[in-house]
Amino acid sequence: MYLYSLTLQRAGGVVCATNGNFVGGKTQEIVVARGKTLDLLRPDEAGKLQTLLSVEVFGAIRSLAQFRLTGSQKDYVVVGSDSGRLVILEYSRESNLFHKVHQETFGKSGCRRIVPGQFLAVDPKGRAVMTAACEKQKLVYVLNRDAAARLTISSPLEAHKSHTITYSVVGVDCGFDNPVFAAIELDYSEADLDPTGQAAAEAQKHLTFYELDLGLNHVSRKWSEPVDNGANLLVTVPGGGDGPSGVLVCAENFVIYKNQGHPDVRAVIPRRADLPAERGVLVVSAATHRQKSMFFFLLQTEYGDIFKVTLEHEGDRIAELRIKYFDTIPVTCSMCVLKTGFLFAASEFGNHALYQFQAIGEAEDVEASSATLMETEEGFQPVFFQPRGLKNLVRIDQIESLMPIMDMRVMNLFEEETPQVFTLCGRGPRSSLRILRPGLAINEMAVSQLPGTPSAVWTVKKNVNDEFDAYIVVSFVNATLVLSIGETIEEVSDSGFLDTTPSLSVSLLGDDSLMQVHPNGIRHIREDGRINEWKTPGKKTIVKVGSNRLQVVIALSGGELIYFEMDMTGQLMEVEKHEMPGDVACLDIAPVPEGRQRSRFLAVGSYDNTIRILSLDPDDCMQILSVQSVSSPPESLLLLEVQASTGGEDGADHPASVFLNAGLQNGVLFRTVVDMVTGQLSDTRSRFLGLRAPKLFSATVRGRQAMLCLSSRPWLGYIHQGHFLLTPLSYETLEYAASFSSDQCAEGVVAVAGEALRIFTIERLGETFNETVVPLRYTPRKFVLQPKRKHLVIIESDQGAFTAEEREAARKECLEAAGMGENGNAMENGGGDDEEKEDALSDEQYGYPKAESDKWVSCIRVLDPRTGNTTCLLELQENEAAFSLCTVNFHDKEYGTLLAVGTAKGLQFWPKRSLAAGFIHIYRFVEEGKSLELLHKTQVEGVPLALCQFQGRLLAGIGSVLRLYDLGKRRLLRKCENKLFPNSIVSIHTYRDRIYVGDIQESFHYCKYRRDENQLYIFADDSVPRWLTASHHIDFDTLAGADKFGNVYFVRLSQDVSDEIEEDPTGGKIKWEQGKLNGASNKVEEIVQFHVGDVVTCLQKASLIPGGGECVIYGTVMGSLGALLPFTSREDVDFFSHLEMHMRQEHPPLCGRDHMAFRSAYFPVKDVIDGDLCEQFPTLPPDLQRKIADELDRTPGEILKKLEDVRNKII
Amino acid sequence: MDLKASDRFNINSQLEHLQAKYVGTGHADLSRFEWAVNIQRDSYASYIGHYPILAYFAVAENESIGRERYNFMQKMLLPCGLPPEREED
Repeated sequence: MYLYSLTLQRAGGVVCATNGNFVGGKTQEIVVARGKTLDLLRPDEAGKLQTLLSVEVFGAIRSLAQFRLTGSQKDYVVVGSDSGRLVILEYSRESNLFHKVHQETFGKSGCRRIVPGQFLAVDPKGRAVMTAACEKQKLVYVLNRDAAARLTISSPLEAHKSHTITYSVVGVDCGFDNPVFAAIELDYSEADLDPTGQAAAEAQKHLTFYELDLGLNHVSRKWSEPVDNGANLLVTVPGGGDGPSGVLVCAENFVIYKNQGHPDVRAVIPRRADLPAERGVLVVSAATHRQKSMFFFLLQTEYGDIFKVTLEHEGDRIAELRIKYFDTIPVTCSMCVLKTGFLFAASEFGNHALYQFQAIGEAEDVEASSATLMETEEGFQPVFFQPRGLKNLVRIDQIESLMPIMDMRVMNLFEEETPQVFTLCGRGPRSSLRILRPGLAINEMAVSQLPGTPSAVWTVKKNVNDEFDAYIVVSFVNATLVLSIGETIEEVSDSGFLDTTPSLSVSLLGDDSLMQVHPNGIRHIREDGRINEWKTPGKKTIVKVGSNRLQVVIALSGGELIYFEMDMTGQLMEVEKHEMPGDVACLDIAPVPEGRQRSRFLAVGSYDNTIRILSLDPDDCMQILSVQSVSSPPESLLLLEVQASTGGEDGADHPASVFLNAGLQNGVLFRTVVDMVTGQLSDTRSRFLGLRAPKLFSATVRGRQAMLCLSSRPWLGYIHQGHFLLTPLSYETLEYAASFSSDQCAEGVVAVAGEALRIFTIERLGETFNETVVPLRYTPRKFVLQPKRKHLVIIESDQGAFTAEEREAARKECLEAAGMGENGNAMENGGGDDEEKEDALSDEQYGYPKAESDKWVSCIRVLDPRTGNTTCLLELQENEAAFSLCTVNFHDKEYGTLLAVGTAKGLQFWPKRSLAAGFIHIYRFVEEGKSLELLHKTQVEGVPLALCQFQGRLLAGIGSVLRLYDLGKRRLLRKCENKLFPNSIVSIHTYRDRIYVGDIQESFHYCKYRRDENQLYIFADDSVPRWLTASHHIDFDTLAGADKFGNVYFVRLSQDVSDEIEEDPTGGKIKWEQGKLNGASNKVEEIVQFHVGDVVTCLQKASLIPGGGECVIYGTVMGSLGALLPFTSREDVDFFSHLEMHMRQEHPPLCGRDHMAFRSAYFPVKDVIDGDLCEQFPTLPPDLQRKIADELDRTPGEILKKLEDVRNKII
Repeated sequence: MDLKASDRFNINSQLEHLQAKYVGTGHADLSRFEWAVNIQRDSYASYIGHYPILAYFAVAENESIGRERYNFMQKMLLPCGLPPEREED
């Protein structure tokens, strides 16, 4: 079996981010690392974050930094990854790519303890960069420029120190003196040798300054001083004339200012009043805002509270350090303050946000200061505060992120054309069920009912130079309605259009005249109001029209074509006639190319299943240039110029080409390239779009021509980052559409369907899925489908949180306390009420209050996915948390389908995994599956992490025991068990009489149950220790699994062993009794192996398109979705493996990791072709594309077509 | 014999060089504790380096990723508890 791996949705989570000026010019951009992809984001004028570029780097990005050479206009990005290399990238605006400027190898690849890449620090003046590992190694590179102003990089200078753990590294701002880097270090050498524990207790973190002597080209330890033992993060303080220099050391509960030759200035970080005493406050992300005259820092704690830190200083003496409460937003892994007044907050889990500054925290608020720091016998006196609504920030945009996907299922619950993907995402108060549908999201702007059923709609401008459309024209069976676009949209009668007849086409002609084509003629409305009317000869009527701004072709009944052109005076003149062999089914003319008189090609579709290209040149007017036969009569034609050639921020470097698109009556969209000179057709592609013949319309997307295809659902064909994408829109069936532009909506679509006129815009271009979100209460763990009523049952649990009642009580108390303080002021009280209303929604913003770590909260929820309503929510009591569930039909059928939930009470992971008790709850569905009723609960000795129905009984994996239960009146009854599993059972699948058990550390075990002897025994297992995170049953002998280190693998029991076991009357039991080296007597073989580079949490075999092949879909912790498609032909395998090989050679990954090594990071990759690498083919320069294509004996076009085809098989 | 001696010297010095350069290179007298400490430190460093694993732990323990990373770094100090008493030799 060979698989094609393709990422369907790139990871949403962010590892790190940095902002700067990467494009050049005045704009601010953000470079975001999402694990294995590197994105460049920019907020546009409207404050929406746009993705300029997204590159897959096939490696794990761990750190990012930005620097600028003095006097330069543009910033560079330094990337620290697992490649053992330092990579410096420059964004090129022309080709919209990152260019690797330097790639310096310093060590082995992989995320290792002593290989740098974990930390990066740059000198604020851009003269040096330091990269450090978790332990020992630090390397400094000197950056400079050569005579041609190109960036140069020195060989590395070592600043190693053995037996030393590094916590954080920054560059110290010391103006143009020698560059200095600061690091928090901890020496463990003595602690390792001292059995009394004294040395470990006395181990002291140090703040060390490393100075790079530019003259001597040498790095030395300049200064080292003990620092608070909770120190975890350093922040640079501006220096060199802009400030006092030095660093802020963020430690648990404190922020300390330190500099060489300066006494420490310390202040406490204010605590939330409800925080348990055992917990500290740790700063997890920091951002600096600096202007010429002032600077301040924003520090975010692990609870989401942001503090503004300011330094009172005279020269380089710090008088006071102040920490003031600023605002609370979801916890981030990285924050970027943009010079344009925005704060980009990359959330740890869930959606990221862009905030705008409303204020900079000048108003009164809770503040801790170094001046008021009180030290008592119990230590420093804490300062308390209550989080409140946002005062200084306002959220203006968010980027969706599925991180972390906890569970996923592909099902067609809503009986739509394509299945939906149900994902459980997020954590704690930001948890949600997200229903993903393949396709682009739609923002509906208006829907208005019309008098009758419209058949067509157009929009038209009054003048070619107008920015916006002037009229919407709607045609009915026997009338035409004209709507004028202004502040509102209203009917007008002075437009000059004939309203007593249906219309066939309405468009702008020339610069400023309008044309209406109706069955009996052409009406040409001049700018001054004069009307020219052309009437059809005899009894003939016009059936089809094709036109652009200067040319019109009409088809009369019977098959006669008449060609008109606009002359110099603005008159429409008949030029040529042509008799077609039969009736014309459809026709189209391409738009007039820039700077030309006319378009050369006319495409005509006939009912005899052919499409002809006719010339419109005066020399060979109406000559047939080429003929293409198709599988079914064409319904609609569109000549589309795919203009990927303009380059710039959004295009790749390709010659423009004209595509002839045809919607056929059998629902297929047929696309072929038209040769610009000869009109010959080549390189055909076809794709089934839906049950209705697609109607094609031209539209505009981001200022470029795009195509709307209306079949049984609408599709959009457009260019995104150099790729032509054909994506469905998540909208209902539309009849007719036109592009729409007004000052409220620059790029919209107006469409008719049924009796309504709809105006909408298309959102989030480039996304594969659009989502519907249903919020949940706690971190979702798993879910199952209630098979009869199609309800979802979700279990959610969180450690260290309060139950809903406790939270409610605490909130009341807190509000009362706040009310007391505000009693004197009625106005304030009114304001307080408003806040209270906001508060109801705010858990998502503030997070839940933290409880002691041994507390658990959990709930079982029944949810109707159609409405998103929760029909039943059972909150578990007394520290019980749910971890597994399944539906089960016991064989006595008394209750029908029951729900089994595995729970643990008082579970603790630390210092040792322990629990008070485990339980299996059995629930009955009541009220038509909307609600649950507890039947009984059975105590078990461990955590039941896996439950599964098996032959009318319940199989439970409880720790290392696999046990079979039957339903009793008061409890479950043990029937049979096997205690021989190595660690802890995390998954159980069953098929016929086989049971497939997944162990947390030891991969899969194949078991059998012998009813006559009532025995469970293992007959085969895996020889590789796999730390399972997800598993799925593929077929009788095959299982798919994923491990904690980011690998996906398939194992299979070889056919002869499988047969032997099935034929053996003892079912392999005798062999099992003999055993083999403490394991089973048979071993499964690994048939597929692939490193995804992200922890896969769920796997499923499913098909995402109707009639498409089944593939394995996976979801990951970082919020990406991917697919593994099995190849059906040897030919394809050969082609793609060769393409992959050439891509590896010609286009090595951006951040320096070897592609093959990455995909084989833990185990050698086996029989999987990386589609993500193959799909980078279109981004290569044309000559390289040709070179690879030549070696594969194909043309680049054929390769692109192959790539498109295989993608279309998946989604 | 002379050659052999220099060889031995060579191998030893090479090993010493490796041990100095690559933390965790073992030697003949490596104790169980030293080995375990080394493996644990490697594991923690790997957790810190692989962000998805860090996130996976953070979800399980309901802590922020920043806190989780800090905890792992702290654990690198004494990953296996106190070293055993040295046998006098």
